[in-house]
Amino acid sequence: MSQVNRIKGGLIDRSQTFSFQFNGTQMQGYAGDTLASALLANGQTLVGRSFKYHRPRGIFTAGSEEPNALVQLRSGAHQEPNTRATVAELFDGLTATSQNHRGSLKHDLMAITDLMSPFLSAGFYYKTFMWPKAFWEKLYEPAIRMSAGLGRLSMQEDPDSYDKGYLHCDLLVIGAGPAGIMAALTAGRSGARVILADEDFTPGGRLNGETLEIGDMSGQAWAAQAMAELASMDNVRLMSRTTVYGAYDHGTYGALERCTDHLASANGKPRQILWRIYSKRAVLTAGATERPIAFGNNDRPGIMLAGAVRTYVNRYGVTPGTRVAVFTNNDDGYRTAADLAAKGVTVAAVIDTRNQAPAQDIPGMRHIRGAGVVDTKGRHQLKSITLTDGQMIDCDALAVSGGWNPNVHLTCHQRGRPTWRDDLNAFVPGDTLPTGMAVAGAANGALTLASAMAEGRDAALAQLADLGLKASPIDLPRAEDEARDGAAVWHIPQSKKRAWLDLQNDVTVKDIKQSHQEGFRSVEHMKRYTTLGMATDQGKTANIPALAIMAECTGRTIPETGTTIFRPPYTPVPIGALGGRARGQEFRPTRLTPSHEWASANGATFVEVGNWMRAQWFARPGEKGWRDSVDREVLATRGSVGICDVTTLGKIDVQGRDAAAFLNKIYANGFAKLAVGRVRYGIMLREDGICYDDGTTARMGENHFVMTTTTANAVLVFRRMEFARQCLFPDMDVHLISTTDAWAQFAVAGPNARKLLEKIVDADSQDMSNEGFPFMACGEVTVCGGTPARLFRISFSGELAYEIAVPARYGNSMMGALMEAGREFGATPYGTEALGVMRIEKGHAAGNELDGRITAHNLGMGRMVSKAKDCIGNTLSQRPEMNRDDAVKLVGFRPVDRAIPLIAGAHLINKGDAVNMANDQGWLSSVAYSPSLGHSIALGFIKSGDTRMGEIVRAVSPVHDKEMEVEIVSAHFIDPEGSRLRV
Amino acid sequence: MIINHPLLGPRDAAEFIYLGDAALIDRPDWQAEDAAEQFHAYGYLRDNVAGPMQELWYHEQGDRSWLVVTRDTLTHEITNVELARDVARNRGRSV
Amino acid sequence: MRYSALRILKEGLTGNKGWKPVWREPDPKPEYDIIIIGGGGHGLATAYYLAKTYGIKNIAVLEKGWIGGGNVGRNTTIIRSNYMLPGNEPFYELSLKLWEGLEQDFNYNAMISQRSILNLVHSDNQRDAFIRRANAMFLAGADAEYATADQLRAELPFLDYDNARFPIKGGLFQRRGGTVRHDAVAWGFARGADAMGVDIIQNCEVTGIDIENGSCRGVQTSRGAIRARKVAMCVAGSSGRVAAMAGMRLPIESHVLQAFVTEGLKPVIPGVITFGAGHFYVSQSDKGGLVFGGDIDGYNSYAQRGNLPVVEDVAEGGMAIMPIIGRARLLRSWGGVMDMSMDGSPFIDRTDIKGLYFNGGWCYGGFKATPASGLCYAHLLAKDTPHEVAREMRLDRFISGHMIDEKGQGNQPNLH
Repeated sequence: MSQVNRIKGGLIDRSQTFSFQFNGTQMQGYAGDTLASALLANGQTLVGRSFKYHRPRGIFTAGSEEPNALVQLRSGAHQEPNTRATVAELFDGLTATSQNHRGSLKHDLMAITDLMSPFLSAGFYYKTFMWPKAFWEKLYEPAIRMSAGLGRLSMQEDPDSYDKGYLHCDLLVIGAGPAGIMAALTAGRSGARVILADEDFTPGGRLNGETLEIGDMSGQAWAAQAMAELASMDNVRLMSRTTVYGAYDHGTYGALERCTDHLASANGKPRQILWRIYSKRAVLTAGATERPIAFGNNDRPGIMLAGAVRTYVNRYGVTPGTRVAVFTNNDDGYRTAADLAAKGVTVAAVIDTRNQAPAQDIPGMRHIRGAGVVDTKGRHQLKSITLTDGQMIDCDALAVSGGWNPNVHLTCHQRGRPTWRDDLNAFVPGDTLPTGMAVAGAANGALTLASAMAEGRDAALAQLADLGLKASPIDLPRAEDEARDGAAVWHIPQSKKRAWLDLQNDVTVKDIKQSHQEGFRSVEHMKRYTTLGMATDQGKTANIPALAIMAECTGRTIPETGTTIFRPPYTPVPIGALGGRARGQEFRPTRLTPSHEWASANGATFVEVGNWMRAQWFARPGEKGWRDSVDREVLATRGSVGICDVTTLGKIDVQGRDAAAFLNKIYANGFAKLAVGRVRYGIMLREDGICYDDGTTARMGENHFVMTTTTANAVLVFRRMEFARQCLFPDMDVHLISTTDAWAQFAVAGPNARKLLEKIVDADSQDMSNEGFPFMACGEVTVCGGTPARLFRISFSGELAYEIAVPARYGNSMMGALMEAGREFGATPYGTEALGVMRIEKGHAAGNELDGRITAHNLGMGRMVSKAKDCIGNTLSQRPEMNRDDAVKLVGFRPVDRAIPLIAGAHLINKGDAVNMANDQGWLSSVAYSPSLGHSIALGFIKSGDTRMGEIVRAVSPVHDKEMEVEIVSAHFIDPEGSRLRV
Repeated sequence: MIINHPLLGPRDAAEFIYLGDAALIDRPDWQAEDAAEQFHAYGYLRDNVAGPMQELWYHEQGDRSWLVVTRDTLTHEITNVELARDVARNRGRSV
Repeated sequence: MRYSALRILKEGLTGNKGWKPVWREPDPKPEYDIIIIGGGGHGLATAYYLAKTYGIKNIAVLEKGWIGGGNVGRNTTIIRSNYMLPGNEPFYELSLKLWEGLEQDFNYNAMISQRSILNLVHSDNQRDAFIRRANAMFLAGADAEYATADQLRAELPFLDYDNARFPIKGGLFQRRGGTVRHDAVAWGFARGADAMGVDIIQNCEVTGIDIENGSCRGVQTSRGAIRARKVAMCVAGSSGRVAAMAGMRLPIESHVLQAFVTEGLKPVIPGVITFGAGHFYVSQSDKGGLVFGGDIDGYNSYAQRGNLPVVEDVAEGGMAIMPIIGRARLLRSWGGVMDMSMDGSPFIDRTDIKGLYFNGGWCYGGFKATPASGLCYAHLLAKDTPHEVAREMRLDRFISGHMIDEKGQGNQPNLH
């Protein structure tokens, strides 16, 4: 195919020829083309199929408002569906395919739906497909889903990368058309920090598509010159290919910069950057979008907006046809005719709905006034149009202009409502704008070039003045300033054929009328019922005509009928860009424990615990599965000594004269009387009286405590303590620092723990004897010849145990030193699994038990909640339903048949009762195989559990289709007297 | 949103953790005769203001200040930001 | 007018000129038996079941804007009954059963599609909690199915199994879960209620609640005073504002939840998938858009819009488990006002004012509850006793200490 429709002129670079493929056909275009202009140049008018009726469709616009020309761009994992050909820049080697057809684009088998359209009118699917009931999911819906949708995902991981960035400025200018450039120039020359963003790859806005002059030069030349000046300013950042897609609170804007979409390959660079722009002020100069007029069969390939025709002719050097008719209700349409004629393209006729118009006839051209188009012919390419008076005019393209709608989208993102202007027959930005935003130019309804430029300048001046920045008005060059008349003609009622409004979703004038007839009269109902405005273009060309037709139906004015507001994003944004780098392993930060390196080198398998990676077990050669390793680690610890990195537990340093009093408020049990050098276990309640964390706190000095929290709640506990400190007890002398990352901490547990530590702790720093350092003692010591450390005699495993903390930088060495010192005792590193097994054997509650619903009463610790003092949660913990006698209680369980493994999450049902919710007695919360006992054990909650020792109940897990008998036992499976702790 | 921190200047709200109504500063006296009722109201009942509301934000990824922010829940406009500790003292929470 | 394929055929052949309004546009009468404040999904469902099940038809539903314009018109359309606690699960299971017969019941195709819901599991603790929940679902007569990572890999090969920061270790399916065409729910209930004589009155804002001697006697509206024997609040995110007219403070905060939809795509995912280690859930509509959401923004708001940090957080979650969606484009985002309660569970209850009733606190999960909420509220309004499955959904449960806290987060609404 050759470039049959290529004509002279334009902003393309004819010295750079690009080859590309559309549906497998090789074509050529030039640098500076979009895919749409290149397709048009090659005479490819049919480019896609509509959503519902699979109607043949062509290119309708020259911008991001395009409803029709959506293609599947690129191939393989790089393919992207629903790409607007009108904004996709051409590059050498581009491949694109058309979407939404079965069979070829030209002979789409699904086009049969078009023949059935009388039965598929607005909302038809709400009224049928209900019988027989099962058929909806089995037959109708799958068929609908297969035919719905547009493009396809590759179903492969997105191979490109995306970045995020943050920018700050005094003035953000959105849109680099004449108004935007004037605003940026005004602010730039004043020295303000300016960002000028534009979605196009060539700044200039409408100037690029028009033949307007500014001063003594062409509009394009003026824009290029102004952009060059702006580019030379250090205080101005120019961002082309950048769409400001959303206006968020307090002057924050979201913007998407397409960095490599115009290249054949990203070459390892980020494909797009998602910018968050913090602006002190903004000027929206987003221009206006032309709207169509609805008439019979107005959707054929070759029918295009009149302004888009000018853009193709003037900017891209392409004509949409060889014989073009123009249909307009306003003066602007005449420009299209004039520009076509100037390029030597035959204009078949200019049809104006108005009998009289200020616009003058163009000499030598056929003008038909007071007429409208009622029908068209040409299935895959327009062949002719029929007018209200019945005459037919042959043409292969039709330029339609129904007037212009200011692009108010961003003004609505904070729920601002546009207001109607009768003189423009359009909505303009309303009174309530996003914070710090002003609107100027065509976006504000200033539709002449001179007025747009003046508004751009003045808006910038006003915004800068508001910021207290000095700026002087720059000169306004001479420019076109002729007000253009237009008539409020939205559709041609004489049309007998379907007249399309939403070209992508196939919504017709008749659908709007039916929507009214059925009572869907509010604009929102109409949109939802007919799907108008819900397509990928969000109704940029369809909404206002549809609203006008609804107004006709209701007999009210357009503003009385309503308005549609817009939500972000202005144009669609890839999810990949919104996600940025946070995917795969980088989805969230990874925190490593101080002994991670040692653990990696010693066979550890790691597990995610929040953002931490913790050693789960340390496999040894010959072990067949994780259970082998875990059982060995448990037995070795209970038999001799084991070592575990417990750094991830939260650590909070609490200091100050009121530290003890403060802890009394934070913990349910008392801490004021804790002796220096001693540790106490504490439970913490939320203010609603529920237990949410537990841990030990050591009194290192009169005014110095070291608290530990669970790993999961480290941040939360600290936050709540800060709340209590600053908001509830603002004058207590207490200070908090999180030291979780500052100290590496290791549990050393087992009968040989003391012997091991005696080799580590410097003898002169601490008497390690049972008397000198008894159970629940703490102190500052030195280790390994002078390294400062903290030692706590606490135990989670139930064995003689210590936790030793050293500054984090010594953590990895400390692990090595402990293992070296423990070699003679067969010291064994253990991971979180063995830790979990040993705590279940000891009946300690952990995350599975403290699930945010459990009270101290449920845990059997009700008496720990001191009634003698105030603490967070004390009062509300006394509510009656939380203190029922038949409340669930934490107990232990063992299988009656010891060979059977228990199931965490099984529910408990009394023998003989039916398995239903009314008979639910409780559940198993934590389950482990106890290598010490040689069978499965569980912790769990059961009603009145503390009074039911020895009772046999059923543990049912219907999701596994399993049931077993279990005996209620003490939760302390090992050493219930705690004698091992105190030796 | 941007919160104008009284000590640090304008900061993105994403650095903060939100708690709720600044009435949470007014924790009742546990020894009051009607402490149960007072704590129920304190813990559970909310004015749920539609309009300017005083609320607590915590600068977790910052200086750990709790702030009382006056923000309109209809428009998100922020008109005042104070250190919660100062507010608490002004409300008589000094010991 | 009964809808059927035959009717469509007939209308299609005669130019679709015979379709009747789906609901009337009546002027308010001076007095009703029951006034329902709020023409959202729950309010319309309440009217429908009052008329249909309890035979009370002298009802007005007052809507300040257009019906179905609140959260029923702006949600992610998911239905499920995968709750754990006895105060919730039987209620949601009843709701799911009502969904299953709803279209035939109200003769409107709401495109109820039980394509399954899957909650992904990323840790052993999460697995234990999900098993406990799955078993609770069975105990309440619902269905549940636990899938291992290998089973998931076979069924949903496009999830990230090999390079995930939080590996997928399994998942909890409820095969009967799925999605519904949300707007159609409001319209179907409205149509059904209207046909039984219920007055649905749009553009009628309640401006005051008339209380005389401790009893509610009616309401003041933008269209005049209307008397009623009973007044039923059913206004979700506006609960605080409406209850304030009766001098009530509620255990509810209004928060913004954003939701998102992509451009239309050929079928990508079969059912609903929720990410267990980040804030992301997704389904695909019949039109082809991926409908997804995440966490609430976290601050009190009535603004029906949110901010960028949550938009990005949700997209990050999506890319973390489904990196195939990188090139799908976010088409539209919107925000709804959520009536976040203090324990994450709702209220269907009388108030201390005689004749005044309250339904609210649905958090971001009210859509799936629509039929059961309507039925149980109708039961309460008709009989003055709670429906069996809603008996724990009381306003005084925080006084007694009987919370229904599925997430275990306590009295902080933005954590539920």
